[in-house]
Amino acid sequence: MIEIKNISKSFGENTVLKNIDAVFEPGKVSLIIGGSGSGKSTLLKCIVGLHKPDEGQVFFDKQEFTKMDFEEKIPIRKEIGMLFQNSALFDSMTVEQNIVFTLDMFSEMSRKEKVERANFCLERVNLAGKNKLYPAELSGGMKKRVGIARAISMNPKYLFCDEPNSGLDPATAILIDELIQELTEEYQCTTIVVTHDMNSVMGIGEYIMFLYGGQKFWEGTNEDILRSDVQELNDFVFASPLMKAAREVIK
Amino acid sequence: MFFFHFGEYILLLKKVFKKPEKWKIYWREILHEMTEIGVGSVGLIIIISTFIGAVMTMQIAFQLVSDLIPNSVIGQINRDSNILELGPTISALVLMGKVGSSISSQIGSMRVTEQIDALEIMGINAAGYLILPKVIAGVIMVPALVTVAIFCALIGGLVGGSATGAVSPNDYILGIRDSFNGFTVAVAMVKAFVYGFFITSIPAYKGFFVRGGALEVGQAGTKAVVVGCIVILASDYLITAMML
Repeated sequence: MIEIKNISKSFGENTVLKNIDAVFEPGKVSLIIGGSGSGKSTLLKCIVGLHKPDEGQVFFDKQEFTKMDFEEKIPIRKEIGMLFQNSALFDSMTVEQNIVFTLDMFSEMSRKEKVERANFCLERVNLAGKNKLYPAELSGGMKKRVGIARAISMNPKYLFCDEPNSGLDPATAILIDELIQELTEEYQCTTIVVTHDMNSVMGIGEYIMFLYGGQKFWEGTNEDILRSDVQELNDFVFASPLMKAAREVIK
Repeated sequence: MFFFHFGEYILLLKKVFKKPEKWKIYWREILHEMTEIGVGSVGLIIIISTFIGAVMTMQIAFQLVSDLIPNSVIGQINRDSNILELGPTISALVLMGKVGSSISSQIGSMRVTEQIDALEIMGINAAGYLILPKVIAGVIMVPALVTVAIFCALIGGLVGGSATGAVSPNDYILGIRDSFNGFTVAVAMVKAFVYGFFITSIPAYKGFFVRGGALEVGQAGTKAVVVGCIVILASDYLITAMML
């Protein structure tokens, strides 16, 4: 479980996050949604420790992450898997080397065991046999899936995804969503996804937090969204004519 | 501004010299970087230093037209100026352009594509993993390249001087063997060691703190080379002042 309390973050005069509280439960896919510049990615970076919040605390299973130094964070970081918006695969390494990298650094597994683990992770994301390809030889969807394979290589307890569907065609985006949901159930990990993809919101949003103007404006499930009368949320979620029509049909 | 960058550079170095997570992985990276920096630059260093040696010989011969000065002095001056100054410093400036811009753009690209963030989230000391192998490779390979540069400059002087008739091979060899002071080589190696550190660490610093995109990565490379060249020349002056 991840708990955030009173998180605030500013960059100079620009206040990006204001007093945000939330609890993200294990075995559930939690979504952080909001318009561009609403602070979604900044909040995610505050949670994983890439940004230091100006105020507030982040707890990973009751352990206060925000007050730990780099060395103290390492045991928790080993339990974190993260999928970046642009996949952030290491260009100079093959797919297999990308996946075994953390195992090389932190495990005492033999070479054979590491390759077996890489093969397992690649099979899990339907990329078996792509071990020797370099990131430059992969499509956008394949890069995302390798990113997921790398994220699960250490059996993560916490999975973070920063806009996993950006730049993907709708069919691949749905596949990635399904994969994230399956892995969350399989590993019972606490999964936090930052997105503004409405298919993800309606498809996998078991807990949704809507950020608006740097504040938590609404929280609930994907079913609650349909019944919501919060104007700012409706303006964001049902912005397109297709979504408006879909809402009317569902209602 | 200077103090801000200097402080940030020192803090980065503090992270760079933390104990590695796994020496085996770092060792593999060090060997890779030694190949990149050393083997990848040896051709360029040979070409540049050979020509510098040849041109130096001809220019010294041109300026020393006197019956009172033996021709062997040409070899002697060429030797000392190459060992003390041209070998280490010209090589370092060339390497700052070649290796420095490459390091800066490599690390800068990793920063803007979130690869450095990925390392940090994995619990890896990104500064140590990315920069320490480069710095170690630099302080080993730059002295080796400077040694090659000095040797090639002396050979270049011999070939260039003989081919143009500026100095006979016998006089030149007599000159480079006459009153040799081994301490000049020590000065050259100290310079090369210090340059090796700056050639790798300054561009790494510039790349590590890039913000933005491709444009900023390019600008960081340019700044790294400019700042690096100035630091090399300033340290050249300081080392010379302290050791000679």
